[in-house]
Parts: sequence; C-alpha cells; structure tokens
Amino acid sequence: MWMPELPAFVPFFIGALLALITSGKVRQAILLITPVVSGLHLLTVPVGTVLSFDFLNFQLQLFEVDKLSLLFGYIFHIAAFICMLFALHVKDTLQQVSGLLYAGSAIGAVFAGDLITLFIFWELLAVTSVFLIWARRTERSYIAGLRYLIIQVLSGVILLVGIIFYAHKHQSIDFQFIGLTDTASWLIFIAFGIKCAFPMLHNWLTDAYPEATPTGTVFLSAFTTKVAVYALARAYPGTELLIYIGVIMACFPIFFAVIENDLRRVLAYSMINQIGFMVVGIGIGTALAVNGAVSHAFNDILFKGLLFMSMGAVLHMTGKIDGSRLGGLYKTMPKTAILCMVGAASISAFPLFSGFVSKSMVMSAALNNGYGWAWALLLFSAAGVFHHAGIKIPYFAFFAHDSGIRTSEPPKNMLLAMSIAAVLCIAIGVYPQALYSLLPFDTGYNPYDATHVLTQTQLLFFSALAFVWLNLRNMYPPELPSVNLDIDWFYRRLFPAILTPFFSAFWATDRAVRRWFMRGVNGVLGMIARHEPDGILSRTQLSGSMVVWVTILLAGYLILSFW
Amino acid sequence: MANNNNDEKKYLFDKPKNVKRLLYGLYTCCFILVLLEFVIHRHIYHSWEELFGFYPIYGFIGCVLLVLIAKWMRTFLMRDEDYYDKLEQKQHQLKKDAESSNVQVKETKGGDDVDA
Repeated sequence: MWMPELPAFVPFFIGALLALITSGKVRQAILLITPVVSGLHLLTVPVGTVLSFDFLNFQLQLFEVDKLSLLFGYIFHIAAFICMLFALHVKDTLQQVSGLLYAGSAIGAVFAGDLITLFIFWELLAVTSVFLIWARRTERSYIAGLRYLIIQVLSGVILLVGIIFYAHKHQSIDFQFIGLTDTASWLIFIAFGIKCAFPMLHNWLTDAYPEATPTGTVFLSAFTTKVAVYALARAYPGTELLIYIGVIMACFPIFFAVIENDLRRVLAYSMINQIGFMVVGIGIGTALAVNGAVSHAFNDILFKGLLFMSMGAVLHMTGKIDGSRLGGLYKTMPKTAILCMVGAASISAFPLFSGFVSKSMVMSAALNNGYGWAWALLLFSAAGVFHHAGIKIPYFAFFAHDSGIRTSEPPKNMLLAMSIAAVLCIAIGVYPQALYSLLPFDTGYNPYDATHVLTQTQLLFFSALAFVWLNLRNMYPPELPSVNLDIDWFYRRLFPAILTPFFSAFWATDRAVRRWFMRGVNGVLGMIARHEPDGILSRTQLSGSMVVWVTILLAGYLILSFW
Repeated sequence: MANNNNDEKKYLFDKPKNVKRLLYGLYTCCFILVLLEFVIHRHIYHSWEELFGFYPIYGFIGCVLLVLIAKWMRTFLMRDEDYYDKLEQKQHQLKKDAESSNVQVKETKGGDDVDA
C-alpha cells in the first residue's frame, strides 16, 4: 500500500466504503484515521510523482504531484481531519460518508494531471457535497440543495465543453497553464469562475452554505472554492482580468455582510471577500502574488473553518443562527467565544495571526506591480472584513444584547476541532516560515517589518473605533429578521414571475390548438365512418369507376418509367 | 430582560464599569498607535501613504462609509424573512401533494441527526 504512486484520494474512498458498512465506535475510528493515514502517506510522496495510464487514446494522469498541488493536498488533509473531528458526534451515515467522499474528490481534483480527470472530480465534488445540504432534512435545505446542484453541475458541463474544444485545438489534455486566448479557454475560465464564486456567479455559495447542517457547512467551506482557486492558480496566473474580478469580489460582499442577519450567511459573504484577495494575487501572477494567493487559501481554510465551526456550535447548541435572535452567549459558551475570536482575529489579519502573513503578500504584490488602485480597494475591504467578520460575528453572537439564551459549551469533539484550528491559526501567524517553506516559489518574504505591523494595527484599531462610534451614536444598523435580495432574486423571483404566466399562457394556447385540431380530426373521421345512406363509406360505388382508376394508375407508371 | 433575576450570576460585561474599561482601553490603544507614527519611520510605497495618519483615517472613514452605504442598501434590498419561502415551499408542497395523491409515499423520518 505504501507505494508513492497510490493516488491520495483512494484512502478516502476506501474509508467512505468502510464507514458505510460499519457503525458506532468503529466507524468513528475509521472517520478519524482515514485522513491521518492518507496524510502520512502523502508526506512520503515526493514532488514529481506521476501515475498515468492510457484510456481511449488519451493519456490520463490520475495523480501528478508538484509543489502547488502538494500544498493544497496537505491543507485538504488537515481540513478533512478537523471537519471529521468536528462532526464526530453526528450519527448520520449520509453526512459522514458523503463528507469523506467529498474530501476525497477535492484531493483527487488537486492532484489531477489532465483535464479529463479534473472534470471527473469536478463533478464528483458537486454530487458528493449536495448531501451535506440535504442532510439538514428541511424543505428549505432541499430546495436550496437542488439549486446548488444545478449550478455546480452546470459548471462541470461548461468545463467539459471547454475541454473538448481545448483538446481538439491543442491535441493535448494536460492540465497546465491555459491563459485566456480562445473560446475553449474562456469556457474553462467560466467553469472555474462559477465554482470560485466570481461576482454575479457567486450566489450559489451564499444561498446553499447557510442551509447545510451545522457540521456540513464546515466541510463545504473548506473544499469547493479552494479547488477552484487552485485550478485558477494553475491555469490562469497573470491574467489581468482576474485583478478586476478579484477586487470586485473583495469589495461588494462586505456590504451585504454588514446587513445580513444569518451569521453563517455573513461568513459566506466574507468567504467571497477572502477569495477575492486570492483571485487578485493570481491575476497579478508574480511569484510573490501567487505565493500570497495560495498561502491565503491555506490560511482561509483554517480560519474560515474555525469561524464556521464556532457558528455551527452555536447553531447546534441553541438551534438559532440569526444575529437578531442571539446575543450574550459568552456567559455560557466562553470557550467557544474565545475560539471564535481567534478565528476573527486571523481573518482580520491581526499581526501574530495567520491572515496577516498571507494577506500582506497580496497587498505588497499589488503595490510592487503598480496596481495602486487595487491596493487601495483591497485595503478598504481589509478594514471591512474586520468590521463584519472580525467584530460583527463574535459581537452579535456572544455579546451585544442579552438574548436570555442559557446553554452550555458544545460537545468535546467540537471544542477540540476548533482548538486545533485555532492553534494552527496562531502557529502560522507566529512562525510563518513553516508555511512559506511549502509555497511553490521562494521569495524570501518577511511580513514582520515595523511599517507593516504598525500600519495594519492602525487600520484595524481605527476600524474598531468606527464600530464603537457608530454603535454609541446608534447609527449601526440593527440586526433585523430579514432576507436581502441578491443575484438569486433573478432566478428565484423574477424569472419564475415572468416565466410562469408565459408558460401557463403557452400551455393554455397549446391545449386550445390541440383541442381544436382533434375536434377537426374527429369530425372528419366521424364523417367518414358514419354508416347511413349518405355516409361516405356507405355509398354504393360502381365497379366501372374502379377500372377507370386502375387505368389512370397504370398510365402514371408508364409516364414515370420514361425518366 | 426577563432573565436578569437577582439570583442570576453577574457576568463580566453585565457591569457597565467593565464595558467602560474596555472602551477606554481601545481609545488608549488608538491614541498610542497614532503617536507611534512619530517614532517609527514608515516606508512609503504609494503617494497616499505620505499623509500623516493615513491608515487610521482610511480605516475609520472606510468603515463608517461601509456601514452607512450598507444601511442605505437596506432600503431597497431588505425583504421579509419568508420572502422566498412563501412561494417556493408552496410550489414544492403543491408538487408533493400531486405526487402523493397518485402514489402512496412512505413516511420518512425528519430531524437533524438521524442514524440510518
């Protein structure tokens, strides 16, 4: 089993199979051991390992290891372990098996050496993860899951069409730098963009993630979008369009996050914001920028996971997740509150926390390469992140007004999973060299210079001051039970509103036309079939007329035979 | 609050004094951070950074604008909590009813954590 060519997703699929046929403690052990064993195996796999075989004239590279894919492979293993530990108390075969399959698909996707393998795992990601949403077993989650599945599968179909064009033109299906040049590359770009939550294509994320189970959302937050970031980093580094897309992604969701009531949806918006930083880094495309992008993806999995875990714990213990219905939970969940604040500090990029050491690389790269406007907007969104994810999430859940809810700390496995993520967040922040040594390029970057620490701290503290000032002046928008319109309004409200009357009119017309036609046909048939003295079939015919018709027929044959 | 009975334990931020302490702590930190700009020489990469106290000003104004714009966005984006549910769940229910009238659907177990 310990051969390096063993693809890293295989242990996960075997683990899922074993989890399916076992139960109780044995299954729990399998769930935890699978990512550990697979991770230990991956540590022994050297860069440059390839497993390929021929299939229908194509050379499929099921497993291809380089520094970039290895970095994502490591973090996906860590994430899988933390997620499994967090969900260990759940007694639901569906969630646990699909969780393992989903993590395995993500790992398969990042080690895919060719586009067809990538496509297979791309679609597997969609179909395995939707069960984490449906596992909530509510009407809402069922419908949201359907929407999620349609959009995800659509992304796969666009990817497939792009791959077919690409393979035809380049006579190669190697998954490497593609760049925006022709139709094929645009199709692949859009397919990646859907999973990466590009603006206007982002709504599946904020729609579906908050509807998943408390533990399911943690899984979802780790894999799908990061696979897309990886794919962009491999195929489209240095594409300038990505800088514009990334800046929009970093800026617009923070406005929605400020007024959103569902705290897990706030996190979903802030996730798009964080991916925006990564996309900008990939768009700039220099060694420092791409390093920044992928290391931020690495860190985001940890701190976003930590934040989703803390909100999952709140939902699990109180059954509520709306800012308007929570508050004062620090009294009975102090440990969760502190762990949540570690995640909040990390995402806000406080010095000594993980976000600081990766976000600053993207910002520096933007400045170094003359994208001053992008830097200024990213700086604004960095302040905004602190506002909605750093302050709003812990404040409205654990402090603010006392909601009167008295509960207790979540189960031990949840606390332990959160603690591991929190320790990693701080460890990376304090000792970033460990993470930097895994990065694809060696840039010798040091985040801890005096200018940087001072400016970032100033920015964050004065953002906090703005929050306090607005709150004291009663200008801060209160949390209200509400839904905010986003792009999904078009396909959940406008299109149905226009199309429903259109289709009902269409079907009504269709019905009327068919009824009219059938009535005509029936009338003719009736006339023919009528058996009465003047009915067509009851008339008496002369045998002489038969002879006339036969003559005409034969004459016709004769004339036709001349040609 | 109904729960704030006399016999209930007093927590850290139930005392207004502690909240005040926290706020004064924040004000002091902000003040020190601005003063530090006299001591630490910042490297300048962008012309905006030449302005004294650029980062504090940018952070503060940026966040105030963010919140005010977001608040204004509520005027045209905010809907009732069941805005989508009303329509979608009704349609879903209609479809389910139509199906169940034709085929006898087995009762399924609901709830979050079901061991299958």
